[in-house]
Amino acid sequence: MTTTQDRTPDAPAPDHLPGQQPTGAILLDLARNNVRQYGMLIALALIVLLFQIWTDGTLLLPSNVSNLVQQNSYILILAVGMMMVIVAGHIDLSVGSLVAFVGAIAAVMMVDYNLPWVVALVLSLVVGAVAGAWQGFWIAYVGIPSFIVTLAGMLLFRGATQIVLEGQSVAPFPQGFQQIAQGFIPEMGPYTQYHNPTLVLGLLAVVALLVQQIRDRRRQAAHDLTVLPLTLFVAKCAAMAAAVVVITLTLASYHGVPVVLLILCGLVLLLGYVMRNAVIGRHIYALGGNREAAKLSGVRDKRVTFLVFVNMGALAALAGCVYAARLNAATPQAGLMFELEAIAAAFIGGASMRGGVGTVVGAVIGGLVLGVLNNGMSLVGIGTDVQQVIKGLVLLAAVGFDVWNKRRATTT
Amino acid sequence: MTATGSDETTGDVSGRSETAPVLEMRGITKTFPGVTALAGVDLAVRPREIHAVCGENGAGKSTLMKVLSGVHPHGSYDGEIEFRGGPVAFRGIAESERRGIVIIHQELALVPELSIAENIFLGNERSTRGIINWGGTLHAAARLLGRVGLPDNPRTRVAELGVGKQQLVEIAKALSKDVELLILDEPTAALNDEDSRNLLQLILDLREQGIACIVISHKLEEIRRIADSVTILRDGRSVETLPVRDTPDAEPELSEERIIRGMVGRDLGSRFPERRPYRGDGAGEVGFEVSGWTVRHPTEPRMVVDDVSLTVHRGEIVGIAGLMGAGRTELAMNVFGRSYGVYESGSVAVHGNPVRTRSVPEAISHGIAYVTEDRKTFGLNLIDTVHRNISLTSLPGMTRRGAVDEHREQQVAERYRESMNIKTPTVFEPVERLSGGNQQKVVLSKWIHAGPDVLILDEPTRGIDVGSKFEIYTVIARLAAEGKAVLFISSELPELLGMCDRIYTMSAGRLTGEVGREDATQESLMRYMTMDTEPKVRT
Repeated sequence: MTTTQDRTPDAPAPDHLPGQQPTGAILLDLARNNVRQYGMLIALALIVLLFQIWTDGTLLLPSNVSNLVQQNSYILILAVGMMMVIVAGHIDLSVGSLVAFVGAIAAVMMVDYNLPWVVALVLSLVVGAVAGAWQGFWIAYVGIPSFIVTLAGMLLFRGATQIVLEGQSVAPFPQGFQQIAQGFIPEMGPYTQYHNPTLVLGLLAVVALLVQQIRDRRRQAAHDLTVLPLTLFVAKCAAMAAAVVVITLTLASYHGVPVVLLILCGLVLLLGYVMRNAVIGRHIYALGGNREAAKLSGVRDKRVTFLVFVNMGALAALAGCVYAARLNAATPQAGLMFELEAIAAAFIGGASMRGGVGTVVGAVIGGLVLGVLNNGMSLVGIGTDVQQVIKGLVLLAAVGFDVWNKRRATTT
Repeated sequence: MTATGSDETTGDVSGRSETAPVLEMRGITKTFPGVTALAGVDLAVRPREIHAVCGENGAGKSTLMKVLSGVHPHGSYDGEIEFRGGPVAFRGIAESERRGIVIIHQELALVPELSIAENIFLGNERSTRGIINWGGTLHAAARLLGRVGLPDNPRTRVAELGVGKQQLVEIAKALSKDVELLILDEPTAALNDEDSRNLLQLILDLREQGIACIVISHKLEEIRRIADSVTILRDGRSVETLPVRDTPDAEPELSEERIIRGMVGRDLGSRFPERRPYRGDGAGEVGFEVSGWTVRHPTEPRMVVDDVSLTVHRGEIVGIAGLMGAGRTELAMNVFGRSYGVYESGSVAVHGNPVRTRSVPEAISHGIAYVTEDRKTFGLNLIDTVHRNISLTSLPGMTRRGAVDEHREQQVAERYRESMNIKTPTVFEPVERLSGGNQQKVVLSKWIHAGPDVLILDEPTRGIDVGSKFEIYTVIARLAAEGKAVLFISSELPELLGMCDRIYTMSAGRLTGEVGREDATQESLMRYMTMDTEPKVRT
């Protein structure tokens, strides 16, 4: 509720202007509006710190960081797609089965039909998109709840996997295909202590980051919008740049950037941009926030819903290929419970069960929280049984914090 | 009997007479981070009194009621509350209900799939050792329904009841809690005339049974009809408490104008803005034309709109009057991209050119805008920000190389915040935190920015206060003066009479009349609106 009285037509205009707040107020505002994401980022940092100490520094060893990325890449890919599905107000329970199914198709194409791996990869993505379209059709155009359609898909694709593989594992894959999950970008140039292309990429990333931040700030200032005070802005940029530099140096002192990390970064940038800045991204948020209002505002609700599931299917296919490439085999049991990991990552990362809320970066943070927990607990020798218990509690705590925080915001 | 409670009774707590207030709130101050919602509000309600609370949106009415009912717990506000002679400090709604203070919100809190009886005793079940006593439940429910005058079987599902009857179920539920002070927030906002009348009569009956009542309402005529006194809030302060009538059965002495003056802090002069004629290109030409429009009910084999034809000239404001179920909204929504019902026949022309409106994007692309009667369900994404709600209809026009230009989006929002006088701390505020009038301004901004030639406004001032109403009328008049064709659907006849150049009337899906501004009166419109037309069954 606003507090000031509605102004009558000829009353004087209110004399407070937007954009002139003290620094403290701006910071407080930022913190309040982004509690969820900053909270999870801080939690992630604390978890990293905890395991870094607990494992005597093993967690952040360059080799383990590479491993961490490769180990979690397919869940992160799924989590990004899942976040979009959840924002649109739906759920997708079929992605684990779809991972297995697409892995199986790819394996059969490469091993039984000897197709070049690039062709197999592209066809696999198409298969995934078609599978997504199949589900999207029933959800968007027929109007069956996504929970039901994708529950059916979960059974359907799992069964189809077993049919395609005839109950057996299919392996091995060509070298090139394996590189998707296991490879690093090749070393180039003279010998330094570090991996040269990684240093170059890192540098480019820092430059791009700074350019983007500065341009954004200029544009905001040009439009008379509130900007961070200069000191804070510099601190923010420095912190972000430092983070990129640290990650770059860590990776560069091992084998360099994993191929799958490049893929992942590309996806996060692209889909993050789509969700934030593209019209369809806005329409996804609008649909999840209030389907009826969005429809009456001219949002093509069916088409948007359909596309969200096509996208999820394609991403599940990509995750399926990455997973198969990592195992160097397609197995009937691949991808079991992946849908739940992806859903958990999305919710830990700030998605709302009711739709309309969530960010791509949030999903990645949520996925990393789970990933670091997995990796760290394995390193210190905690059994998978206890790991499950702890991950369950983390999910509960993250969403519980969110609920508590929201309630506090509305009742005080 | 005196009307303003606080002054006379503060020193009178010990020997409470009949005039001692049953409820007294003193100096209630409630602040939210950054804003003061209530600043020293006083409110005193006498026994057996119907006490109205008025004020514009954002004046603090809802906050005050939340403080009273414990939604804002004791300790989160300053000031004192005395109920039935003793101080109270509610920490939650359960505590205030236990003392007999029950609030009925504008959005009803009933579970549609449960029966009337189950709803009445929800959370308060008649049971022994955890097992529901169905006989006792149904018996008690039937008795309570008798008290509120609802003849339905208590086993009926609430979903099968109309809003009017649901409202009565809410009151029965309150009675089941031995209510001493009933708070009604906009009780008639969603009701038609007949249901409103019944409800108001019930409130009067409850007073006879010794129940005091606080009514929050924007409908001043209603306040005059039932209230004994009225407290006016403005800007988070209680500006005055006025007696409405001397004795409970006397005629009201307080005029609507006097209440409005208290609410806005000055005389409003005219309730409607000056109209200026449009003299630009194509003045006097037909801007919007609907011919032979017929719509079938989505599930039943009957026509909800039957062969309706109407025209709106450029710069003209044309009203559609009708009772609930006359088919006005159905007509508008079906024309606007078949958003309701099944299209049977009819054609639409904008500026003389026939256009197709088979989907909402198609309708928008031909310059038609429909501003819904139900902004929360159909008009706004409540969890999203002001600026994103405003831009939603015109995103494709705000892109640079495929990306939404957020800075432009913000500027556009700032512009409308200024020109529409939208009260919000920033344009990044979630719309759900705005008051009703300001939410409505956001919906209007969104459609104005889509740049339509034709605006269909469906109950654009429903549930908003007098000051905001005037602002919205001003916007509508401005749109017409810019040469747009405006179709204005409303259930409030005075506003149609005050704003429109011509008024069509609808009854049971058909046009029953067309009246010019000069000839229109409430009586003539009402006659056309209630005209019997043949019930239509076609398959």
